[in-house]
Amino acid sequence: MAIPKVFGLETEYGIQTVNMPDSNPTSAASLLINAYVSELAQGVGWDFEDESPGRDARGFVREGAQPPEVERHLVNTVLTNGARYYVDHAHPEYSTPECSSPRQLLVQDRAGELVLQRSMVAARRLLPPRQEVVVYKNNSDGKGNSYGCHENYLVDRAVPFPVLARLATLHLVTRQVYTGAGKVGCELEGTRSWRFEVSQRADFFEEEVGLETTLKRPIINTRDEPHADAQKYRRLHVITGDANLAEVATFLKVGTTALVLCLLEDDALGDRELVLADPVRAMHEVGHDPGLGAALTLVDGTRATALELQWELYGRSRKYAEERGLAALGSEEEGAELLERWEQVLVGLESDPASLSKQLDWIAKHELVEAYRERHQCGLDDPRVSALDLQYHDMRPERSLFSRLKMETLVSPEEVEAAVTDAPRTTRAYFRGECLKRFAPAIAAANWDSVVFDLGGEALQRVPMMEPLRGTAAHVGTLFEECDSPAELLRRLRG
Amino acid sequence: MAERELKRRAAPQREAAPEVEEEAPATSERGEKLKAELDELLDEIDEVLEDNAEEFVRNYVQKGGE
Repeated sequence: MAIPKVFGLETEYGIQTVNMPDSNPTSAASLLINAYVSELAQGVGWDFEDESPGRDARGFVREGAQPPEVERHLVNTVLTNGARYYVDHAHPEYSTPECSSPRQLLVQDRAGELVLQRSMVAARRLLPPRQEVVVYKNNSDGKGNSYGCHENYLVDRAVPFPVLARLATLHLVTRQVYTGAGKVGCELEGTRSWRFEVSQRADFFEEEVGLETTLKRPIINTRDEPHADAQKYRRLHVITGDANLAEVATFLKVGTTALVLCLLEDDALGDRELVLADPVRAMHEVGHDPGLGAALTLVDGTRATALELQWELYGRSRKYAEERGLAALGSEEEGAELLERWEQVLVGLESDPASLSKQLDWIAKHELVEAYRERHQCGLDDPRVSALDLQYHDMRPERSLFSRLKMETLVSPEEVEAAVTDAPRTTRAYFRGECLKRFAPAIAAANWDSVVFDLGGEALQRVPMMEPLRGTAAHVGTLFEECDSPAELLRRLRG
Repeated sequence: MAERELKRRAAPQREAAPEVEEEAPATSERGEKLKAELDELLDEIDEVLEDNAEEFVRNYVQKGGE
């Protein structure tokens, strides 16, 4: 059986300063996060003990590979909702806590947006008048530089990695038709031009499989760092996705991907294996094609559009749902909602893409760009159009163009507000979050798979959390209610 | 052959096409409303769009990350 899906999103936000000539992006990102955290008057550091981003899922470490390294001296915090908020190189990055359903993850991702918005306000309070740090939830500066919105999915270790890579590729390439955030201008090396593209990220992929995330980016990233029991699990680290603002797009992005992984785990993808002949080329073709007509070549020589291949994946998923159920996605109800949405969006894309302008980022942006060009009689190369593209992603509510579009929402403001402070109750993030809420002064550090306590004795005490679905409210909620001190909590955990 | 099989595994909605024609007036009304909304939005955007678009776009450079 497919394992229950545990997943998260890590978003690097674009950052820009206003009237701060002496600042650099790293110091601006630090200021932003410090301003937020100091207003919370809490500040538990991240624990790097188990980080090994250079480990490769294919079972080797390539010489000369340059795994990304997080600068250890930079700001790095854990929030009471179980999220990690830190400076990654030159960007503020927000990693959601582990979630167990697509909707839950959508709520946490939106909570991350609120945290960034509040950080901007907090930073403004520290800065002289007219100075400002501004963040953008996008993936490209339009000049050939990209930054990521990475997805993480817990996958059964029993699935052979080459199978996982081959079949996940098909979905990652073709799902762009609804996950794209839209972009003005092509950034593909050698073919720079002014045109409207479906995807922010597609231009930046050069390999099929690999360990890198910043150079020669691969469609399948092989970073093998499960942050969980490595005998049982792997973590599929997906780096191809766009950062979405549209809730429907985020919900579908993580939901359909988790579902396709269930099919993979249960070997339910059917007899005819759909494999792209040239995935990198296909990635570009789909990402560049708002007309949705590009035919991709499969290894058996047949050709099909991304939309047709998505229909195929949808059909197989629906059959899987009928036969085995979708409890692995959190609940049957949510699984059914996901399938329904997926179908609606494919129908819309096929019959009338413009009808999805309140659901999908790239279509909303495309409509906006075309209306603006018509009014001002200008080309795609007009800087005002590029400004409009960037400003779609501006996280300041008063400047954001996205927020003016009144897109369809799937979650309530109350849920999102609660998720700024509360962790999901159904994963180990609950344990991490409650420890921080109740016993922050006694916590020396925390990371994905452990919490480290400092009770004043000689040694620090580490509580390992190698099972992402242990440490839930159902599991330890009562324990927290019964423990008045961190010492008692540790004693009970050991007992 | 396989290509054709792949192509049309479509949703039931497509068969309801004839009804759409009957709804044409409502659709164009909806279209008018959307256009009015869009016009209003464009007015707003003209106000809120960064003053010096060229400079704003030029200065937006993001290096490092992931």
